[in-house]
Amino acid sequence: MATATATPTGTPGPKVNRIGLPVLEYRGGKTTLCAGCGHNAISERIIDALFEMGVQPERVMKLSGIGCSSKSPAYFLSRAHSFNSVHGRMPSVATGAVLANHTMMALGVSGDGDTASIGMGQFVHMMRRNLPMIYIIEDNGVYGLTKGQFSATADIGSKLKTGVINDLPAIDTCAMAIQLGATFVGRSFSGDKKQLLSMLKAAVAHKGTVMLDVISPCVTFNDHEGSTKSYKFMQEHDEPINELGFVPSFEEIDIEYDAGTTTDVTMHDGSSLRLRKLREDFNPTDRVGSVRTLMEAHENGEILTGVFYIDTAKPTFTDLLNLVDRPLGTQPESVTKPSAAVLQKVMAGLQ
Amino acid sequence: MATGDLALGHEQSKSAVVDAQQRVVNDFSIQVATVNGSGSQSANSVLLKSIFNMGVPVSGKNLFPSNIAGLPTWYTIRASKDGYVARRKKIDILVAMNAETAREDILGLHSGSVAIYDETLNLSQYRQDVVCYPVPFDKITAAVCPEARLRKLVKNMVYVGVVAHLLQIDMSSVEAALAKQFAKKQKALDLNFGAVRAGAEYAAEHLSKQDPFLIERMNSTAGKIIIDGNSAAGLGAVFAGVTVVAWYPITPSTSLVEATIEYLKKFRVTEEGKATFAVVQAEDELAAIGMVLGAGWAGARSMTATSGPGISLMAEFSGLGYFAEIPGVIFDVQRTGPSTGMPTRTSQADLLSTAFLSHGDTKHVILLPGSVKECFEFGYAAFDLTERLQTPVFVLSDLDLGMNNWMSDPFTYPETPLDRGKVLTAEDLNRLGGFARYADVDGDGIGYRTLPGTDHPKAAYFTRGSGHNSKAGYTEKPEDYLEIMDRLIRKFDTARTLVPAPVVTGNGKASVGVIAYGSSDFAVVEALDELKKQHAVEVDYMRVRAYPFTQSVHEFVASHERIYVVEQDRDAQLASLLKLDLAADQAVKLHSILHFNGLPIDAESILTELVVKEGL
Repeated sequence: MATATATPTGTPGPKVNRIGLPVLEYRGGKTTLCAGCGHNAISERIIDALFEMGVQPERVMKLSGIGCSSKSPAYFLSRAHSFNSVHGRMPSVATGAVLANHTMMALGVSGDGDTASIGMGQFVHMMRRNLPMIYIIEDNGVYGLTKGQFSATADIGSKLKTGVINDLPAIDTCAMAIQLGATFVGRSFSGDKKQLLSMLKAAVAHKGTVMLDVISPCVTFNDHEGSTKSYKFMQEHDEPINELGFVPSFEEIDIEYDAGTTTDVTMHDGSSLRLRKLREDFNPTDRVGSVRTLMEAHENGEILTGVFYIDTAKPTFTDLLNLVDRPLGTQPESVTKPSAAVLQKVMAGLQ
Repeated sequence: MATGDLALGHEQSKSAVVDAQQRVVNDFSIQVATVNGSGSQSANSVLLKSIFNMGVPVSGKNLFPSNIAGLPTWYTIRASKDGYVARRKKIDILVAMNAETAREDILGLHSGSVAIYDETLNLSQYRQDVVCYPVPFDKITAAVCPEARLRKLVKNMVYVGVVAHLLQIDMSSVEAALAKQFAKKQKALDLNFGAVRAGAEYAAEHLSKQDPFLIERMNSTAGKIIIDGNSAAGLGAVFAGVTVVAWYPITPSTSLVEATIEYLKKFRVTEEGKATFAVVQAEDELAAIGMVLGAGWAGARSMTATSGPGISLMAEFSGLGYFAEIPGVIFDVQRTGPSTGMPTRTSQADLLSTAFLSHGDTKHVILLPGSVKECFEFGYAAFDLTERLQTPVFVLSDLDLGMNNWMSDPFTYPETPLDRGKVLTAEDLNRLGGFARYADVDGDGIGYRTLPGTDHPKAAYFTRGSGHNSKAGYTEKPEDYLEIMDRLIRKFDTARTLVPAPVVTGNGKASVGVIAYGSSDFAVVEALDELKKQHAVEVDYMRVRAYPFTQSVHEFVASHERIYVVEQDRDAQLASLLKLDLAADQAVKLHSILHFNGLPIDAESILTELVVKEGL
């Protein structure tokens, strides 16, 4: 495949990425979600991001819980191992998998029900541990597979197709993630190709918990007048707090920019995430300020998108555990099984 | 003090049955009644090990409350020249250190037993038929321990000294036990040994021996070890090369993980100071087992330890582990239920719920260790089995086995290499050109798996708890579902041939058989010896060591007229599980002997029921 670009015949092969793979190798099975579902657009952006970043598909573990969103790992990256677990418990499965092999990239896909209701317990503890993984919430504010009940991220006052009005406040998963210790927190919109792709590419370069809440309208149950997570509502109310540019470490940084309005964040692999400030006072490395900005947006009825918080210095969970370099799952017996002499010593101590 | 010097003049002993000629040597039990949090554990442990150091078989049981400090707690020590280590109902020597329970404690004694107590309690008023040794504990303690705040602790060592003197335990044995208990803490050792000596000296000067109980040196503990089942199981896991441990603290399993952590830190850190293991204290048991399965899926040897309430919480994930075929070891140190139950009391009542844990048609492989040695061996074997069978493996221990100290032969090093099961490498995939995750290639019901990170474009498969076909693809087709479910039964039958087989004793010719498992073994063995001694009746005994049951269980039932199933739960769970496997004409042979009051089962209870049921 790597030779495809070098074909001398003049008929150009498919475009390949820096590790020589065409985008086809990043695709998955045919989606069974509704046509126009925001989740499908997110799957497309994941494919683009991993392709453009040249991630080896075999080096990725895809994990999910239960729900429409959690089905989507079947629709991208067929060459990666995948684990569709139980409802609301993907964080624990991901934690175990990462501990067994911390050299892999873990990519979790969850939904608003899977995260903010049944999965809240595991979600908060994963954020708190700063487990190195990308955690995406495909957030439509509604339960799709059970045909349209409100989820805990539905905005107060939003209306179901049946006319039922949500009278409880929404949980802001981004504000929570920031407070709890996630080190890369952002919100995007499934329909915003450019922003979501930049965010996902930066997420690949980040080491630590990446929490992305992606508003993803449900075309069947929540894309109507009265829904605050419809395409129309989002297009009217989406207010980016920053414009993202992501330059991977393997690309030369030569983009012109106005120093007065941008912030560059150097990622773990040397890449650069450039945030063009739309809001003069916004600083994505200030935890308190980030949470305040989110809270203020709620007061003003705005839906902010962008990268709210980023911290590239905090140690990850696997750093804290001081693990050996080689994955725990494939450590040889010579390392993991103590010798007969050791047992003898223990026995002598018990006599 | 020589037994010939026994003075019978003490007025409280007039009616006490004391005969210098009727010596009771190395066969009695001691109960120490204290207050939780008073620090009596070290003293009790020293007393236990002092008897052990005299070469006398001994066992200790802690009957403690679910409480940090203030509630009554009892520690029983049984010395048994015949090597019986089960709980004995009868208490021969009471050390009453808890004023609140002292009256009740002495009233519970049998005639001719002994009570050692603080003189202010004046317990002799309650019993004329018990040998009473009042001791001014506070006065003795104050003299040897100038630091007032330490006196509460040190006081416990004074009773060790008194008991040691009265039972004629060599001071050198006590000193050796103390030296081990306070290794590297010379000051503490000096202080405590001082207290022991002061207690012994007081007894020598002021107490005249009026009871028949004595410890005499034997040679039955040489080379033996003393360990609790939880530490043994943790040790087994460490030698099995466990790499990921996820847990949520719960009595009585906490010490299993704590022991595991201790051993991991000692033996599994590289020269560069890096850990070859990861331990996570999870947010709850759901997360703990989720981490275990995530790690098992990605190739780690992973484990958790819990008790009944945690097992209930692990139900959904256990079904996923069964259906998606993921390895992981779950230790269940059983305590009484239902619900919170009595968290510090023992039980075997999780057997049925664990065997079928989770919704749908689910069956689990369960190992049933019956000694601390088997806690080690099965703690090790569980990892081989779970990876070989690609299914969660449960190890059911209980509070009695797990948290109490037991004498044992030293554990044998497991020489066989770790069995990592059917895992395909990139080279295998090159050779095969691909694989179907859930296909029964070998006819044993076990498929081949790959691990995430295998460097081959065809290595990946999709793991899911939803309906899947042999290629791990999503399906709702009846024939696909049946194929998987039928294969899982074949796999369970393979498990039947791999799990530890039952242990059978007896000549095989008796008409009556007994079946039991786990910690009931100690009491069953003793009861059957007594049955033979007292009634000249011999029975055969099968101790099952795993579920699914092996073929030999069927044969055992078939070759006996009546089977008594002894277990520590109300609902005859082992008998029920056996009946599910047995043909109807065999199942009717089973009768139950049940013990479920939270205290460890004892031989007397079993014997009594056997005698009644057999009409002896």
